[in-house]
Amino acid sequence: MDIKVSVREPNGKSGATVVDLNGEIDVYTSPKVKETISELIDQEHYRLVINLENVRYIDSTGLGVLIGGLKRVREHSGTVNLVCSNPQIKKIFDITGLVKIFGIFDNEKAACESL
Amino acid sequence: MREPVTSPDASRTLDGQLQLRIPSRAEWVSVARLAVAGIAHRIEATIDEVEDLKLAVAEACTNCIQHAQGNQEVLITFEIAGRRLTMVVEDGGKGFDGRALAPEPLGEPKVGGLGVFLIRSLMDEVDYDFDPLTGTKLTMTKVLGQ
Repeated sequence: MDIKVSVREPNGKSGATVVDLNGEIDVYTSPKVKETISELIDQEHYRLVINLENVRYIDSTGLGVLIGGLKRVREHSGTVNLVCSNPQIKKIFDITGLVKIFGIFDNEKAACESL
Repeated sequence: MREPVTSPDASRTLDGQLQLRIPSRAEWVSVARLAVAGIAHRIEATIDEVEDLKLAVAEACTNCIQHAQGNQEVLITFEIAGRRLTMVVEDGGKGFDGRALAPEPLGEPKVGGLGVFLIRSLMDEVDYDFDPLTGTKLTMTKVLGQ
């Protein structure tokens, strides 16, 4: 069980930085995600799109990393949007009420455009 | 209400108990998830139920690893009784008081405390037995097919 993390900056007006995650995000793998997001914010990337389309599992430590990232970018008037269409992952955001603080979109284009 | 699941030899039910002992380290939590997924499939849980059980057991193990002190391993007992699957997660260390971790619905986003909230949301019955000397024992039950 591992997580693959990659970063790209798609061409477009949004100025978004997209973080693609592939795998499972839990107590073992979430530090790697946290490190990537923290580095991006340190480099003044404050408009982030986290792509969860290839994430099969996320737990509270993964949610904590996303919340931590959101709090940091908001200090710079930035935001974090999520791409997620997996109903089992979305359910976790629903239960925890995080649907109210993250923008959650079914596709990357919509997530970037709404930043 | 569905009948208790039986093995291919219909004279026997699948009621019984299984135990898993994992080192108290983050890299082993995924094994607890795999174990409960296997058990849940065996008793014909739905995909949603399997995912709920995986998350609940992982959150319980994560709490043991992150909050308990002095424990070397986490003991997980799975008990099947008809359509009830009970998981008991024990840290065997100095424990942590799970009742103090986000017992109420979340008001504003917080980095920590989501795990216990998720367990309470996903499982039908949750009980914490906290003893500073013997550790924390979390008992949680899901009734399948509800």
